[in-house]
Amino acid sequence: MSARVEAPASEAELAALIAAATGPLAIEGNGTKRAMLRPVQAERTVSTRALTGITLYKPEELILSARAGTPLPEIAAALAERGQHLVAESPTLAAIYGATMPPTIGGLVSTNLSGPRRLTAGAMRDHVMGIRAVTGTGQVIRSGGRVLKNVTGLDLCKLLTGAQGTLGVLTEVTLKVLPRAPETGTVAVRVAGLAAGVAVLSAGLGSPYGVSGAAVLPEGLPGAGGGTVAVLRLEEFPESVAYRGERLRGELARFGEVALLDEAASLPLWRAIGEAAPLGAAPEEAVWRVSVAPTEGPGVAAATGFGKALLDWGGGLVWLAGPATEDAHRAVMAAARAAGGVFTLMRAPDPLRAAVPVIPAEAPALAAIGVRVKAVMDPRGVLNPGRLRAGG
Amino acid sequence: MIRLPAPKPEVMARRAEIVAALNAMLPADAVIGEELRLKPYETDGLSAYRQPPLAVVLPRTTEEVAAVLRYCHAHGIRVIPRGAGTSLSGGALPLADAVVIGLMRMNRILEVDYANRLAVVEAGVTNLGITNHVASDGFFYAPDPSSQLACMIGGNVNMNSGGAHCLKYGVTANNLLGLKLVTIEGEILEVGGRHLDAAGYDWLGLLTGSEGMLAVITEVTVRILRSPEGARAMLAAFRSTEVAGQVVDAIIGSGIIPVALEFMDKPCIHACEAFAHAGYPLDAEAMLIIEVEGSVAEQDLFLGKLKEICNRFDPISLRVAQTAEESLAIWKGRKGAFGAVGRISPDYLCMDGTIPTGELPFVLKRIGEMSTQYGLQVANVFHAGDGNLHPLIMFDANDPESFRKAENFGADILRLCVEVGGCLTGEHGVGVEKRDLMHVQFTPEELDLQRAIKGAFDRDWLLNPAKVFPLVEAA
Repeated sequence: MSARVEAPASEAELAALIAAATGPLAIEGNGTKRAMLRPVQAERTVSTRALTGITLYKPEELILSARAGTPLPEIAAALAERGQHLVAESPTLAAIYGATMPPTIGGLVSTNLSGPRRLTAGAMRDHVMGIRAVTGTGQVIRSGGRVLKNVTGLDLCKLLTGAQGTLGVLTEVTLKVLPRAPETGTVAVRVAGLAAGVAVLSAGLGSPYGVSGAAVLPEGLPGAGGGTVAVLRLEEFPESVAYRGERLRGELARFGEVALLDEAASLPLWRAIGEAAPLGAAPEEAVWRVSVAPTEGPGVAAATGFGKALLDWGGGLVWLAGPATEDAHRAVMAAARAAGGVFTLMRAPDPLRAAVPVIPAEAPALAAIGVRVKAVMDPRGVLNPGRLRAGG
Repeated sequence: MIRLPAPKPEVMARRAEIVAALNAMLPADAVIGEELRLKPYETDGLSAYRQPPLAVVLPRTTEEVAAVLRYCHAHGIRVIPRGAGTSLSGGALPLADAVVIGLMRMNRILEVDYANRLAVVEAGVTNLGITNHVASDGFFYAPDPSSQLACMIGGNVNMNSGGAHCLKYGVTANNLLGLKLVTIEGEILEVGGRHLDAAGYDWLGLLTGSEGMLAVITEVTVRILRSPEGARAMLAAFRSTEVAGQVVDAIIGSGIIPVALEFMDKPCIHACEAFAHAGYPLDAEAMLIIEVEGSVAEQDLFLGKLKEICNRFDPISLRVAQTAEESLAIWKGRKGAFGAVGRISPDYLCMDGTIPTGELPFVLKRIGEMSTQYGLQVANVFHAGDGNLHPLIMFDANDPESFRKAENFGADILRLCVEVGGCLTGEHGVGVEKRDLMHVQFTPEELDLQRAIKGAFDRDWLLNPAKVFPLVEAA
C-alpha cells in the first residue's frame, strides 16, 4: 500500500494517466473500503476524489447524475431537499472499516453495497441507469443513459457495478432515485432464535403489506436488552404504516410478543442494521457477509459456531464476525457452500486477505469468460489487480 | 431494408449431413429439417422480415441444448435461440445457415418456494404461466409485457422485458435470482442462484438483455411476490399533451409512485375506443391511466391524492373506478391498444424509444410534425412514468413505398429520442430492427467494446449473430 495518492482533476486527465501507466494502479474513491476483499499490490494509488459534483438532478424524472468522487452526504442532502433518496440504502460501513471520510458515490457503485431495502427495492446495481468510465487502456466509455428504461446494447452498467474498479474506473454515474416514504414504522416480534426469527420474516414478506426491510437481531433491540427479535419495516404514507402495522401485528402474534416502533425509533434502528452495528464485531475480529436463500441464513450462522451473527434481507444476508484466522474463514466458506450461497470476506488483516479466496471461485468455464472479459476491459491488467482474486 | 450476412457456403452444402447429425443426438421428434415445417420459424413478432433457417431443434433438456451447441460450435454453425417468437425487434429472426434452438418444449415449472419467494422454471414457461401457477396462493411474477400470454421467460431474460407495472416493480433484471445457461462451447453453467447479489462480476446482470448473443438460457430462478390486497385504476383526460405531461411530472414530484402510469394520445384514444368501447373521452388530446395498490381504504387515499393533483390541471374528464370491474373497464382499451390500431390500419410498426419524461411534450409535437411530413398516421401509447414511448406507425405492407416510409419515420423518431437524451429501445430490444441505428447512440469505439464483450463469450460469433450490432464487413 502506498501513501501517494494521485487524484486527477478531470476525466481526460484520469484517462491520460491510465493510458500512460506502466504498472498496476490501486483504484479508489475516498479509500473507505480499502480493507475490503484482497489487498491490491500497486505502487501508485489513483483516486476519483477530485471528480466531484452533481451534474444533473431532475427530481420529477427520478434521475440524478454525479461525478464519481462526489461524497455521499452531498448527494443525500441534495436529494433530501426534494424529499427523495437513494433507493438501495447503501451503508457506509464506517464503523466496520474505521473510516473517517465519507464514501464517494463511485465507490458505492463499484462495491455494489446495498442496505436493508435491497430485499424489496433492489440493489445499488438495479438503480444505476448510466455510467461513464475509463477502461484499462485509457478509453472513455459510456453505457446506459439518463432514462429509466433502457435495453440498448449490452448492459455494461451492470458489468462495472460491483466490479470493484477492476474493469474500468467510474467517472460519472446516473442513478434512479425515488421519493422517500413520508413515514417509517417497524413491527418487532420477540422470538426464540434465528430460525424462528426467519419464519416471522417469511410470513411478513409473504404478506401483502409491502415490507421494505426484514432482519433478525440476535441481541434484541438496541437498549432494550436480551432475546432475539425479528423486525419488519414499513415505509409508506402515515395512514398506510398505521394500517399495515396493525394487520401485521395481528398476523404475526402467533409467533411471539409483538411491538410497534414509531419513526423516531425506526430510523436509527434500520440505519444501524444497514451498518451491521448489531453484529457487534470486535476490532480484532474478521467480518464476513454471506448471501443465501433466506431460510438457509440461520443454518449458516450456526454452522460457523462464531456466536455472532446478524440476519438481514429476510434472513438471506448473514453478517458474521469471528476470529481472523484461516480456520474461521474455511468454516465460513464451507457454510456458504453447503447452503448454496456465496461469501465475501469484508474485513481481515492484510496477510489473511492475501492468503485466502475472499469470494467464491467460479466454475472453470465461467472463470475463463471472466479472464477474457477482463482482457477486453483492461488488457494490461493495470486496474486494481488482485482485488477480487489472486492473479486476477 | 435489413441486410443479413451471407450464408456460409460450407454449412449450406452440408445441410443433409447436419440434419442427420442433429437427429442422431436428439429424440426423433426434436429435429425439423423439411422446408415446409421450417416455415413457422422463419419470422417472429417483426413479421416484415422472413428467413427460413437451415434446421430447427426443439430440445427438452439442458443436456440436449448442450449437445446441439457442442456440435454447432465444432462445425462453425450459427445458432439462433428462440422462445415464443414474440420479439418485436426481430430478435429471433433466423439466418439461412443457422440452426434455431426453440425452447418451447422446456416448459416445466421445476419448483416453487414460498418461504424464499422464488420459483425455478424452464426457459420455455410463459410469463403469465408463472403467475398463473402461483396466483391461487396469492403470489405473482411482476414483469408483465403486453405479450405475457405467449412470451416465454427465457426470451424475457434475453430482452430484459418490462411491462406496464415496472414503474413500481422493476423490469426483468430486477426480478431474477439465477440462471442456468449453456455456452456456445456446450458448457452448462449456473450464475446467481437462490440468493441475492453474487460476489464477483455480475454475470446475471450482463446476460439479462443480451439478446441471445452470449449464451442459451435454459432455466431461470425468478423472484415471486405476494400480491397486494387490491388495485384500482383511474382515468384522467386533458386538453393537450403538454398539460398531461405536466400532470405526470406533478404526480412523480408529489412523492406518489403509482404502480402504473400510462399515457395515450388522441389517435390512440380513438382507436382504442372504437375497438373496446371503454368509455374513453373522445374530445381529449391526451389521457392518463393511473393505477394504485393496497387495501380499499389505501386505494381511496392514494386515488384521492391523485385526483387532487389532476384537478389542478383542468381535466376534461376524471373517472375513478369504484370497483375492480370498473378498473378492468378502464384498462380494457389500453390493453387492446395494439389490436385496436391493427383494426384501423392493415399494418403498423411499434417503436420503443425512451426519453426523459420532461421532453414528452416536445417529442410528441415533433412526432406529429413527422407524421404529416411522411403522410403516415401514428398513435402514441406509452409508459409515462418511465418515459418509454410506443409510437405505432400505421402503413400498408402491400405497398413497398409505404413500408419504406414507415421504417424511415420510425428511425427518425428513435434518432429524436437519442437527441433529447434518451435511447433507442426501452424494452423491446435492438434485434435486427434497430441494429443499424446503434451508431446514433454509441461511438464506434463503444460499439467495438461491446462487440469484444460478446467475443469473450462467443469467439466465433455463432450465437445470434447479425443482431444488435451493425454488421462489420468480414476482414
